[in-house]
Amino acid sequence: MCLAIPGKILKTTGEAFIRTGQVSFGGIIKQINLAYAPEAKVGDYVLVHVGFAIGVVDEKEANRVFEYLREMEELDELEQDLP
Amino acid sequence: MKFIDEYRDGEAAQKYAQAIANITDQPWTIMEVCGGQTHAIVKFGIDELLPSEITLVHGPGCPVCVTPIELIDKSLEIASLPDVIFCSFGDMLRVPGTYKDLLSVKAKGADIRMVYSPMDALEMAKKYPQKEVVFFAVGFETTAPANAMTVHQAYKQKIENFSVLVSHVLVPPAMKDVLCSPNNQVQGFLAAGHVCTIMGYREYEPLVEEYKIPIVVTGFEPVDILQGIYMCIKQLQEKRYELENQYTRFVHREGNTLAQNLIKEVFQVVPRKWRGMGEIPQSGLNLQDKYAQFDALKRFDINCNYAQEETKCISGLILKGVQKPDQCPLFKNHCTPEHPLGATMVSSEGACAAYYQYRKTT
Ligand code: SF4
Repeated sequence: MCLAIPGKILKTTGEAFIRTGQVSFGGIIKQINLAYAPEAKVGDYVLVHVGFAIGVVDEKEANRVFEYLREMEELDELEQDLP
Repeated sequence: MKFIDEYRDGEAAQKYAQAIANITDQPWTIMEVCGGQTHAIVKFGIDELLPSEITLVHGPGCPVCVTPIELIDKSLEIASLPDVIFCSFGDMLRVPGTYKDLLSVKAKGADIRMVYSPMDALEMAKKYPQKEVVFFAVGFETTAPANAMTVHQAYKQKIENFSVLVSHVLVPPAMKDVLCSPNNQVQGFLAAGHVCTIMGYREYEPLVEEYKIPIVVTGFEPVDILQGIYMCIKQLQEKRYELENQYTRFVHREGNTLAQNLIKEVFQVVPRKWRGMGEIPQSGLNLQDKYAQFDALKRFDINCNYAQEETKCISGLILKGVQKPDQCPLFKNHCTPEHPLGATMVSSEGACAAYYQYRKTT
Protein backbone atom coordinates (compact mmCIF):
# COMPACT_ATOMS: atom_id res chain seq x y z
CA MET A 1 0.00 0.00 0.00
CA CYS A 2 2.81 2.39 0.82
CA LEU A 3 4.57 1.18 -2.29
CA ALA A 4 6.36 4.04 -3.96
CA ILE A 5 8.70 3.71 -6.91
CA PRO A 6 11.29 5.99 -8.44
CA GLY A 7 10.81 7.28 -11.98
CA LYS A 8 12.55 9.79 -14.21
CA ILE A 9 10.90 13.07 -15.17
CA LEU A 10 10.76 13.55 -18.95
CA LYS A 11 8.67 16.70 -19.17
CA THR A 12 6.75 19.05 -16.87
CA THR A 13 3.72 21.32 -17.34
CA GLY A 14 1.79 23.78 -15.18
CA GLU A 15 2.92 25.12 -11.84
CA ALA A 16 2.34 24.98 -8.07
CA PHE A 17 -0.53 22.65 -7.09
CA ILE A 18 -1.33 21.71 -10.65
CA ARG A 19 2.20 21.05 -11.82
CA THR A 20 2.41 17.66 -13.43
CA GLY A 21 5.07 15.74 -15.27
CA GLN A 22 5.57 12.83 -17.58
CA VAL A 23 7.48 10.30 -15.55
CA SER A 24 9.09 7.18 -16.96
CA PHE A 25 9.22 4.02 -14.90
CA GLY A 26 11.64 1.90 -16.86
CA GLY A 27 9.90 2.90 -20.09
CA ILE A 28 6.31 2.96 -18.84
CA ILE A 29 5.23 6.60 -18.87
CA LYS A 30 2.66 8.08 -16.54
CA GLN A 31 1.34 11.56 -15.86
CA ILE A 32 2.34 12.38 -12.28
CA ASN A 33 1.35 15.25 -9.99
CA LEU A 34 4.46 17.20 -8.95
CA ALA A 35 2.85 19.58 -6.44
CA TYR A 36 4.84 18.11 -3.54
CA ALA A 37 8.15 18.11 -5.40
CA PRO A 38 8.43 21.69 -6.68
CA GLU A 39 12.22 21.42 -6.90
CA ALA A 40 12.10 18.43 -9.27
CA LYS A 41 13.40 19.14 -12.77
CA VAL A 42 13.43 17.25 -16.04
CA GLY A 43 15.99 14.45 -15.68
CA ASP A 44 15.51 14.10 -11.91
CA TYR A 45 14.23 10.91 -10.34
CA VAL A 46 11.16 11.30 -8.17
CA LEU A 47 9.62 8.84 -5.74
CA VAL A 48 6.02 8.28 -6.83
CA HIS A 49 3.09 7.00 -4.79
CA VAL A 50 -0.53 6.83 -6.09
CA GLY A 51 0.10 9.37 -8.81
CA PHE A 52 2.01 11.89 -6.70
CA ALA A 53 5.72 12.57 -6.48
CA ILE A 54 6.44 12.58 -2.75
CA GLY A 55 10.18 13.24 -2.91
CA VAL A 56 13.16 13.65 -5.17
CA VAL A 57 15.94 11.06 -5.10
CA ASP A 58 19.01 12.43 -3.39
CA GLU A 59 21.52 11.07 -5.88
CA LYS A 60 24.47 11.91 -3.62
CA GLU A 61 22.99 9.70 -0.92
CA ALA A 62 21.97 6.89 -3.26
CA ASN A 63 25.31 5.13 -2.91
CA ARG A 64 25.47 5.34 0.87
CA VAL A 65 24.25 1.77 1.30
CA PHE A 66 27.24 0.44 -0.61
CA GLU A 67 29.76 2.92 0.80
CA TYR A 68 28.73 1.87 4.29
CA LEU A 69 29.42 -1.72 3.33
CA ARG A 70 32.87 -0.79 1.97
CA GLU A 71 33.73 1.18 5.07
CA MET A 72 32.79 -1.79 7.22
CA GLU A 73 35.00 -4.07 5.18
CA GLU A 74 37.93 -1.69 5.36
CA LEU A 75 37.49 -1.43 9.10
CA ASP A 76 37.49 -5.22 9.32
CA GLU A 77 40.70 -5.48 7.33
CA LEU A 78 42.30 -2.81 9.45
CA GLU A 79 41.42 -4.72 12.60
CA GLN A 80 42.79 -7.94 11.16
CA ASP A 81 46.02 -6.21 10.21
CA LEU A 82 46.60 -4.93 13.71
CA PRO A 83 48.96 -7.11 15.73
CA MET B 1 15.14 -0.05 -13.05
CA LYS B 2 17.50 2.60 -11.74
CA PHE B 3 17.30 3.12 -7.96
CA ILE B 4 15.64 -0.26 -7.56
CA ASP B 5 17.73 -2.99 -9.13
CA GLU B 6 21.01 -2.05 -7.49
CA TYR B 7 19.39 -2.48 -4.09
CA ARG B 8 18.50 -6.07 -4.92
CA ASP B 9 22.13 -7.04 -5.46
CA GLY B 10 22.67 -10.51 -4.05
CA GLU B 11 26.32 -10.02 -3.21
CA ALA B 12 25.75 -6.87 -1.18
CA ALA B 13 22.85 -8.60 0.58
CA GLN B 14 25.08 -11.55 1.50
CA LYS B 15 27.76 -9.22 2.81
CA TYR B 16 25.28 -7.44 5.04
CA ALA B 17 23.91 -10.76 6.28
CA GLN B 18 27.47 -11.83 7.14
CA ALA B 19 28.17 -8.52 8.87
CA ILE B 20 25.01 -8.97 10.94
CA ALA B 21 26.07 -12.49 11.92
CA ASN B 22 29.51 -11.20 12.91
CA ILE B 23 28.18 -8.70 15.44
CA THR B 24 25.31 -10.74 16.90
CA ASP B 25 26.03 -12.66 20.09
CA GLN B 26 22.65 -12.84 21.78
CA PRO B 27 18.95 -13.06 20.82
CA TRP B 28 17.20 -9.93 19.59
CA THR B 29 13.68 -9.27 18.35
CA ILE B 30 13.13 -6.54 15.78
CA MET B 31 9.88 -5.37 14.26
CA GLU B 32 9.58 -4.07 10.73
CA VAL B 33 6.62 -1.76 10.93
CA CYS B 34 5.53 -1.56 7.33
CA GLY B 35 3.65 -4.25 5.41
CA GLY B 36 5.67 -3.44 2.30
CA GLN B 37 8.81 -4.40 4.23
CA THR B 38 7.14 -7.57 5.54
CA HIS B 39 6.31 -8.52 1.99
CA ALA B 40 9.89 -7.93 0.80
CA ILE B 41 11.39 -9.80 3.79
CA VAL B 42 9.33 -12.92 3.18
CA LYS B 43 9.49 -12.70 -0.61
CA PHE B 44 13.28 -12.36 -0.77
CA GLY B 45 13.82 -14.69 2.21
CA ILE B 46 15.69 -11.99 4.13
CA ASP B 47 14.81 -13.47 7.52
CA GLU B 48 16.33 -16.77 6.41
CA LEU B 49 19.66 -15.06 5.74
CA LEU B 50 19.87 -13.87 9.34
CA PRO B 51 21.55 -15.65 12.25
CA SER B 52 19.13 -17.72 14.33
CA GLU B 53 19.46 -15.31 17.26
CA ILE B 54 17.52 -12.64 15.36
CA THR B 55 13.75 -12.78 15.21
CA LEU B 56 11.88 -10.45 12.89
CA VAL B 57 8.29 -9.79 13.85
CA HIS B 58 5.86 -8.12 11.55
CA GLY B 59 4.17 -4.89 12.45
CA PRO B 60 0.79 -3.25 11.97
CA GLY B 61 1.80 -1.23 8.92
CA CYS B 62 -0.73 -2.45 6.40
CA PRO B 63 -3.66 -0.04 6.02
CA VAL B 64 -5.68 -2.58 4.08
CA CYS B 65 -5.34 -5.05 6.97
CA VAL B 66 -6.22 -2.62 9.74
CA THR B 67 -9.25 -0.89 8.19
CA PRO B 68 -12.06 -1.79 10.63
CA ILE B 69 -14.67 -4.24 9.42
CA GLU B 70 -17.47 -1.75 10.21
CA LEU B 71 -16.02 0.62 7.67
CA ILE B 72 -15.71 -2.13 5.08
CA ASP B 73 -19.40 -2.88 5.68
CA LYS B 74 -20.22 0.79 5.21
CA SER B 75 -18.21 0.91 1.99
CA LEU B 76 -20.28 -2.02 0.71
CA GLU B 77 -23.53 -0.26 1.57
CA ILE B 78 -22.46 2.97 -0.11
CA ALA B 79 -21.13 1.17 -3.18
CA SER B 80 -24.47 -0.61 -3.57
CA LEU B 81 -26.50 2.61 -3.68
CA PRO B 82 -27.99 3.58 -7.04
CA ASP B 83 -26.23 6.43 -8.83
CA VAL B 84 -23.00 5.90 -6.90
CA ILE B 85 -19.66 5.25 -8.57
CA PHE B 86 -17.42 3.82 -5.86
CA CYS B 87 -13.69 4.18 -6.48
CA SER B 88 -10.96 2.37 -4.60
CA PHE B 89 -7.38 1.23 -4.77
CA GLY B 90 -7.29 -2.35 -6.02
CA ASP B 91 -6.11 -3.90 -2.77
CA MET B 92 -9.32 -2.94 -0.94
CA LEU B 93 -11.63 -4.81 -3.31
CA ARG B 94 -11.18 -8.25 -1.75
CA VAL B 95 -11.17 -7.22 1.88
CA PRO B 96 -14.00 -9.15 3.53
CA GLY B 97 -16.69 -7.26 5.38
CA THR B 98 -19.05 -9.13 7.66
CA TYR B 99 -20.87 -10.88 4.80
CA LYS B 100 -19.29 -9.86 1.51
CA ASP B 101 -16.57 -7.83 -0.20
CA LEU B 102 -16.47 -5.07 -2.83
CA LEU B 103 -15.77 -7.50 -5.66
CA SER B 104 -18.86 -9.58 -4.93
CA VAL B 105 -20.96 -6.41 -4.69
CA LYS B 106 -19.53 -5.35 -8.04
CA ALA B 107 -20.46 -8.71 -9.52
CA LYS B 108 -24.05 -8.02 -8.42
CA GLY B 109 -24.06 -4.84 -10.48
CA ALA B 110 -22.66 -2.08 -8.26
CA ASP B 111 -20.53 0.45 -10.14
CA ILE B 112 -17.15 -0.07 -8.47
CA ARG B 113 -13.98 1.09 -10.15
CA MET B 114 -10.38 0.48 -9.34
CA VAL B 115 -8.26 3.60 -9.58
CA TYR B 116 -4.51 4.19 -9.48
CA SER B 117 -4.73 7.61 -7.87
CA PRO B 118 -7.42 9.47 -5.88
CA MET B 119 -7.16 12.16 -8.55
CA ASP B 120 -8.61 9.65 -11.04
CA ALA B 121 -11.71 9.46 -8.83
CA LEU B 122 -12.01 13.25 -8.84
CA GLU B 123 -11.75 13.24 -12.63
CA MET B 124 -14.51 10.65 -12.70
CA ALA B 125 -16.72 12.99 -10.65
CA LYS B 126 -16.18 15.75 -13.20
CA LYS B 127 -16.96 13.39 -16.05
CA TYR B 128 -20.20 12.09 -14.52
CA PRO B 129 -21.81 15.11 -12.83
CA GLN B 130 -25.14 13.29 -12.48
CA LYS B 131 -23.51 10.53 -10.38
CA GLU B 132 -22.16 10.56 -6.84
CA VAL B 133 -18.50 9.56 -6.93
CA VAL B 134 -17.08 8.21 -3.67
CA PHE B 135 -13.40 7.44 -3.07
CA PHE B 136 -12.31 5.00 -0.36
CA ALA B 137 -9.50 7.03 1.21
CA VAL B 138 -7.40 4.52 3.14
CA GLY B 139 -3.73 4.66 3.91
CA PHE B 140 -0.93 5.78 6.16
CA GLU B 141 0.96 9.06 6.11
CA THR B 142 2.42 8.07 2.72
CA THR B 143 -1.00 8.23 1.05
CA ALA B 144 -2.41 11.14 3.05
CA PRO B 145 -0.88 13.90 0.85
CA ALA B 146 -2.50 12.47 -2.30
CA ASN B 147 -5.87 12.20 -0.60
CA ALA B 148 -5.50 15.65 0.97
CA MET B 149 -4.70 17.20 -2.40
CA THR B 150 -7.69 15.50 -4.01
CA VAL B 151 -10.12 16.79 -1.37
CA HIS B 152 -8.52 20.22 -1.52
CA GLN B 153 -8.95 20.31 -5.29
CA ALA B 154 -12.57 19.16 -4.99
CA TYR B 155 -13.12 22.06 -2.58
CA LYS B 156 -11.40 24.61 -4.78
CA GLN B 157 -13.08 23.46 -7.94
CA LYS B 158 -16.44 23.08 -6.14
CA ILE B 159 -16.97 19.49 -7.24
CA GLU B 160 -20.17 18.73 -5.37
CA ASN B 161 -20.74 15.14 -6.43
CA PHE B 162 -17.45 13.93 -4.93
CA SER B 163 -16.88 12.55 -1.45
CA VAL B 164 -14.41 10.39 0.44
CA LEU B 165 -14.84 7.52 2.88
CA VAL B 166 -11.86 8.18 5.13
CA SER B 167 -9.98 5.51 7.02
CA HIS B 168 -6.57 7.05 7.49
CA VAL B 169 -4.17 5.73 10.10
CA LEU B 170 -0.92 7.00 11.60
CA VAL B 171 2.17 4.95 12.33
CA PRO B 172 3.77 6.38 15.52
CA PRO B 173 0.71 5.81 17.76
CA ALA B 174 0.57 2.18 16.59
CA MET B 175 4.28 1.71 17.42
CA LYS B 176 3.59 3.13 20.84
CA ASP B 177 0.68 0.73 21.21
CA VAL B 178 2.99 -2.19 20.40
CA LEU B 179 5.51 -1.02 23.00
CA CYS B 180 2.82 -0.58 25.66
CA SER B 181 1.44 -4.06 25.15
CA PRO B 182 2.11 -6.14 28.32
CA ASN B 183 3.61 -9.00 26.32
CA ASN B 184 5.72 -6.80 24.08
CA GLN B 185 8.88 -8.48 22.79
CA VAL B 186 10.06 -5.84 20.36
CA GLN B 187 13.54 -4.48 21.14
CA GLY B 188 14.14 -2.43 18.01
CA PHE B 189 12.15 -1.01 15.11
CA LEU B 190 12.71 -0.61 11.42
CA ALA B 191 10.55 2.46 10.76
CA ALA B 192 8.65 2.73 7.48
CA GLY B 193 10.74 4.63 4.94
CA HIS B 194 7.99 6.08 2.78
CA VAL B 195 5.95 7.26 5.74
CA CYS B 196 9.10 9.12 6.80
CA THR B 197 9.62 10.54 3.30
CA ILE B 198 6.47 12.53 4.05
CA MET B 199 6.65 13.03 7.82
CA GLY B 200 10.38 13.04 8.46
CA TYR B 201 11.43 11.33 11.67
CA ARG B 202 11.13 13.92 14.42
CA GLU B 203 7.99 12.21 15.76
CA TYR B 204 9.98 9.06 16.48
CA GLU B 205 12.62 10.75 18.60
CA PRO B 206 10.37 10.90 21.71
CA LEU B 207 9.63 7.17 21.29
CA VAL B 208 13.37 6.41 21.24
CA GLU B 209 13.86 8.41 24.41
CA GLU B 210 10.81 7.25 26.30
CA TYR B 211 11.13 3.54 25.55
CA LYS B 212 14.92 3.42 25.18
CA ILE B 213 14.59 1.57 21.91
CA PRO B 214 16.58 1.89 18.68
CA ILE B 215 14.59 3.00 15.64
CA VAL B 216 16.14 2.87 12.17
CA VAL B 217 14.27 4.52 9.30
CA THR B 218 14.56 1.85 6.60
CA GLY B 219 13.84 1.41 2.90
CA PHE B 220 12.10 -1.39 1.08
CA GLU B 221 14.63 -3.22 -1.05
CA PRO B 222 16.55 -6.22 0.30
CA VAL B 223 19.88 -4.40 0.72
CA ASP B 224 18.10 -1.50 2.43
CA ILE B 225 16.34 -3.82 4.85
CA LEU B 226 19.51 -5.73 5.65
CA GLN B 227 21.41 -2.52 6.29
CA GLY B 228 18.54 -1.34 8.51
CA ILE B 229 18.73 -4.59 10.48
CA TYR B 230 22.52 -4.26 10.75
CA MET B 231 22.25 -0.72 12.10
CA CYS B 232 19.58 -1.76 14.58
CA ILE B 233 21.49 -4.83 15.84
CA LYS B 234 24.67 -2.79 16.12
CA GLN B 235 22.89 -0.36 18.41
CA LEU B 236 21.44 -3.18 20.50
CA GLN B 237 24.80 -4.92 20.83
CA GLU B 238 26.45 -1.65 21.83
CA LYS B 239 23.60 -0.86 24.24
CA ARG B 240 22.73 2.32 22.40
CA TYR B 241 19.27 3.53 21.53
CA GLU B 242 19.15 6.16 18.84
CA LEU B 243 17.18 7.29 15.87
CA GLU B 244 19.13 6.42 12.74
CA ASN B 245 18.26 6.88 9.10
CA GLN B 246 19.19 4.17 6.63
CA TYR B 247 17.02 5.55 3.82
CA THR B 248 18.91 8.80 3.26
CA ARG B 249 18.26 8.89 -0.46
CA PHE B 250 14.59 9.60 0.24
CA VAL B 251 14.25 10.64 3.88
CA HIS B 252 15.27 13.84 5.67
CA ARG B 253 14.60 14.65 9.28
CA GLU B 254 12.03 17.32 8.39
CA GLY B 255 10.23 15.26 5.75
CA ASN B 256 8.17 16.87 3.00
CA THR B 257 6.81 20.01 4.65
CA LEU B 258 4.62 20.98 1.71
CA ALA B 259 2.84 17.66 2.00
CA GLN B 260 2.62 17.94 5.80
CA ASN B 261 1.03 21.36 5.47
CA LEU B 262 -1.68 20.16 3.15
CA ILE B 263 -2.36 17.14 5.35
CA LYS B 264 -2.90 19.54 8.27
CA GLU B 265 -5.08 21.79 6.15
CA VAL B 266 -7.43 18.98 5.15
CA PHE B 267 -7.23 16.44 7.98
CA GLN B 268 -7.42 16.44 11.75
CA VAL B 269 -6.01 13.81 14.08
CA VAL B 270 -8.69 11.59 15.65
CA PRO B 271 -8.88 8.31 17.59
CA ARG B 272 -9.22 5.32 15.26
CA LYS B 273 -10.18 1.72 15.57
CA TRP B 274 -7.68 -0.69 13.98
CA ARG B 275 -8.90 -4.05 12.78
CA GLY B 276 -7.42 -6.66 15.09
CA MET B 277 -5.98 -4.08 17.50
CA GLY B 278 -8.93 -2.08 18.82
CA GLU B 279 -9.10 1.67 19.25
CA ILE B 280 -5.83 3.59 19.49
CA PRO B 281 -5.94 7.21 20.67
CA GLN B 282 -4.95 9.91 18.17
CA SER B 283 -4.03 7.28 15.62
CA GLY B 284 -6.05 8.35 12.59
CA LEU B 285 -7.03 11.20 10.33
CA ASN B 286 -10.45 12.51 9.51
CA LEU B 287 -11.56 15.53 7.49
CA GLN B 288 -11.34 18.97 9.06
CA ASP B 289 -14.71 20.66 9.60
CA LYS B 290 -13.97 22.96 6.66
CA TYR B 291 -14.02 19.90 4.38
CA ALA B 292 -16.84 18.01 6.13
CA GLN B 293 -19.05 18.38 3.06
CA PHE B 294 -16.83 15.78 1.38
CA ASP B 295 -17.32 13.19 4.11
CA ALA B 296 -19.15 10.24 2.58
CA LEU B 297 -20.32 9.06 6.01
CA LYS B 298 -22.14 12.38 6.43
CA ARG B 299 -23.44 12.49 2.88
CA PHE B 300 -24.95 9.00 2.91
CA ASP B 301 -26.91 7.94 5.93
CA ILE B 302 -25.60 4.44 6.37
CA ASN B 303 -26.61 2.17 9.18
CA CYS B 304 -25.16 -1.29 9.47
CA ASN B 305 -24.01 -2.25 12.90
CA TYR B 306 -23.85 -5.98 12.49
CA ALA B 307 -20.10 -6.11 12.32
CA GLN B 308 -18.19 -8.32 14.69
CA GLU B 309 -14.45 -8.65 14.82
CA GLU B 310 -13.19 -12.09 13.84
CA THR B 311 -12.71 -14.33 16.85
CA LYS B 312 -10.44 -17.34 16.40
CA CYS B 313 -8.02 -15.34 14.31
CA ILE B 314 -4.87 -14.19 16.13
CA SER B 315 -4.14 -11.31 13.75
CA GLY B 316 -4.23 -8.81 16.63
CA LEU B 317 -1.29 -10.62 18.23
CA ILE B 318 0.49 -10.83 14.89
CA LEU B 319 0.06 -7.10 14.26
CA LYS B 320 1.59 -6.45 17.67
CA GLY B 321 4.52 -8.73 16.96
CA VAL B 322 3.62 -11.22 19.70
CA GLN B 323 2.97 -14.17 17.37
CA LYS B 324 3.79 -15.25 13.84
CA PRO B 325 1.36 -16.36 11.14
CA ASP B 326 2.35 -20.04 11.21
CA GLN B 327 1.45 -20.14 14.90
CA CYS B 328 -2.20 -19.59 14.04
CA PRO B 329 -4.18 -22.88 14.01
CA LEU B 330 -6.29 -21.61 11.11
CA PHE B 331 -3.32 -20.65 8.93
CA LYS B 332 -3.42 -22.38 5.54
CA ASN B 333 -6.06 -24.95 6.41
CA HIS B 334 -9.05 -22.69 7.07
CA CYS B 335 -7.63 -19.29 6.29
CA THR B 336 -6.22 -18.56 2.83
CA PRO B 337 -5.96 -15.46 0.64
CA GLU B 338 -9.04 -16.71 -1.26
CA HIS B 339 -10.97 -17.09 2.00
CA PRO B 340 -9.29 -14.79 4.48
CA LEU B 341 -10.55 -15.03 8.04
CA GLY B 342 -8.60 -12.12 9.39
CA ALA B 343 -6.94 -8.82 8.83
CA THR B 344 -3.46 -10.07 8.07
CA MET B 345 -4.52 -12.56 5.39
CA VAL B 346 -6.51 -9.92 3.53
CA SER B 347 -3.85 -7.87 1.81
CA SER B 348 -0.77 -9.18 0.06
CA GLU B 349 1.17 -6.99 2.48
CA GLY B 350 -0.37 -8.69 5.49
CA ALA B 351 2.01 -11.03 7.30
CA CYS B 352 -0.26 -14.09 6.95
CA ALA B 353 -0.69 -13.55 3.21
CA ALA B 354 3.05 -13.08 2.74
CA TYR B 355 3.80 -16.32 4.61
CA TYR B 356 1.10 -18.10 2.63
CA GLN B 357 2.50 -16.95 -0.66
CA TYR B 358 6.25 -17.33 -0.10
CA ARG B 359 6.91 -19.71 2.81
CA LYS B 360 7.16 -23.24 1.55
CA THR B 361 8.24 -24.96 4.73
CA THR B 362 5.21 -24.40 6.95
S1 SF4 C 1 -3.96 -17.15 9.38
FE1 SF4 C 1 -5.96 -16.13 9.11
S2 SF4 C 1 -7.07 -16.59 10.97
FE2 SF4 C 1 -4.90 -16.95 11.40
S3 SF4 C 1 -4.12 -15.01 12.19
FE3 SF4 C 1 -3.74 -14.99 9.98
S4 SF4 C 1 -5.56 -13.93 9.22
FE4 SF4 C 1 -6.12 -14.58 11.25
